[in-house]
Amino acid sequence: MQFDLSEEQLAFQDVARGFAQDELAPYAAEWDRDAIFPVDTMRKAAALGFAGIYVREDVGGSALTRLDAALIFEALSAGCTSTAAYMSIHNMASWMIDRFGSDEQRSKWLPDLTTMNKIASYCLTEPGSGSDAASLRTKAVRDDDHYVLNGSKAFISGSGTSDVYVCMVRTGEDGPKGVSCLVVEKGTPGLSFGATERKMGWNSQPTAAVIFEDARVPVENLIGEEGQGFKIAMMGLDGGRLNIGACSLGTAQTALETAKAYMQERKQFGRRLADFQALQFKLADMATELEAARLLLYQAAVKVDAKAPDATMQAAMAKRFATDTGFRVVNEALQIHGGYGYLKDYPLERHLRDVRVHQILEGTNEIMRVIIAREMLKD
Amino acid sequence: MKVLVPVKRVVDYNVKVRVKSDQTGVELANVKMSMNPFDEISIEEAVRLKEAGTATEVVVVSIGPQQAQETIRTALAMGADRGILVKTDDEVEPLGVAKILKSIVDEEQPGLVIVGKQAIDDDSNQTGQMLAALLGWPQGTFASKIELDGDKINVTREIDGGLQTVRLNAPAIVTCDLRLNEPRYASLPNIMKAKKKPIDEKAIADMGVDVSPRLEVLKVTEPAERQAGIKVESAAELVAKLKEAGVIG
Repeated sequence: MQFDLSEEQLAFQDVARGFAQDELAPYAAEWDRDAIFPVDTMRKAAALGFAGIYVREDVGGSALTRLDAALIFEALSAGCTSTAAYMSIHNMASWMIDRFGSDEQRSKWLPDLTTMNKIASYCLTEPGSGSDAASLRTKAVRDDDHYVLNGSKAFISGSGTSDVYVCMVRTGEDGPKGVSCLVVEKGTPGLSFGATERKMGWNSQPTAAVIFEDARVPVENLIGEEGQGFKIAMMGLDGGRLNIGACSLGTAQTALETAKAYMQERKQFGRRLADFQALQFKLADMATELEAARLLLYQAAVKVDAKAPDATMQAAMAKRFATDTGFRVVNEALQIHGGYGYLKDYPLERHLRDVRVHQILEGTNEIMRVIIAREMLKD
Repeated sequence: MKVLVPVKRVVDYNVKVRVKSDQTGVELANVKMSMNPFDEISIEEAVRLKEAGTATEVVVVSIGPQQAQETIRTALAMGADRGILVKTDDEVEPLGVAKILKSIVDEEQPGLVIVGKQAIDDDSNQTGQMLAALLGWPQGTFASKIELDGDKINVTREIDGGLQTVRLNAPAIVTCDLRLNEPRYASLPNIMKAKKKPIDEKAIADMGVDVSPRLEVLKVTEPAERQAGIKVESAAELVAKLKEAGVIG
């Protein structure tokens, strides 16, 4: 067993941390407050290779591993959780095209996606199909050389702004085998967007419904084969779960450091908070649990890279544990700040609002338990 | 024109340095090390000269332990072409560094050497000047702008009360100041490409230079802790207190 990061991984981390510190952290509060989607900043991140981290090189990707990606998202989320998380969604959607698309499709979309000249969204969830993803109802009916789409997708990050929507739609029978993956481009007749949702956190990215009303999508936009969509969706989510877990780790690490600094500075009863054993123990537990979550997530990333048989279960364990731990650590960091932690002048309440959704999306943490238990009990 | 850029591995600028308990130096165990920030500016400038087509090759050299290779890799990831590691586990003083660099310059024959004006660990601000003296080359120190003009190098220098522009005949030494440029981040693909760029290793013993220390560090101590102040009631009392403290006459 080898726990040291390689020289290159340390260099990736350095670049991502530097970018987070200089280009994300100073603006994160403003982006949250004014709901600004920082497209120009994301393009700067893309210029460093952050938009196609595990996309192949011939189309401008960085061709790195899932563990590299996790390290990078962990570092970026220390600057702005919500923006880092969006980058992770863009990476996941781009990877689907890279992994399952034809050479023609790859060269059509990926050079623009790896530079973030174009932005990608991922569309799986529907108003009536959340945890039960395989019950999705958005229908795609073949009409000559087009698919005609009807239905809607809910909670879509980037909806309205994104140029490329990687959508899971029903082309066949009920259940997972009838699902296909289609790329729908902005400007497609019959494609429209719902009103921007008002959210608790993740405010630096717009969320809205994506609506199809007789939307005509060329057949050549089918990624993979008909009926392969659900498999693509689930494979994408293994990586997506790692990335979201990493975003919780990075945010929690920042919150932990903020709380530690506050404990060393703030005095009550004539002593520094750092001198109270109750708070020392709290801090020690936060650091210990965060480290455990980090190790589990890194291990799961290595398993996904290695296509290990238990990769999906490991990714589910890591996502569940990292996002639950991340939320708890941020919540404790807020608690250590007392009343100040509740004020918007401090970053803790934003961290809390931002990481909360990580326990819900990319499969709720309850669904993670379903995946883990199913794997454990299958024989 | 070939450009040589020396880089130094130092304690990262974000690290709060601690003095070793025996007062012989600062604690380096488990401390994050990075490229001296002034050297990042040198590399950036050299890479920009190459991108502009005025420099043909950027060679980076570091003097230090094996891990200084990581610092060279950072420079290669930013766009330098190849590296030279002069390996030593000993502390080398500015004069020793200048002698080693002279030996490298003699071999490489660069038209321009860009060095950071100082390293943030010892703040010596001597190496560039000593190297120029040893080589008998012109020097433009504290540069905020560098322009290549044929075999002339125009260097804008930050001096007290303004800017001074000097014209140097190549080959020359330029030491760079903070405002010369903003160094880029290395991109992920360039970090990977840097792995394949060559780094030569050299030993000081083969260079025939005497780098034995000329200075002896007596002790290293923390700066005095800031003492709590007092509140004064009036301007007259303030003046009296300042006189008492010997700050004003």
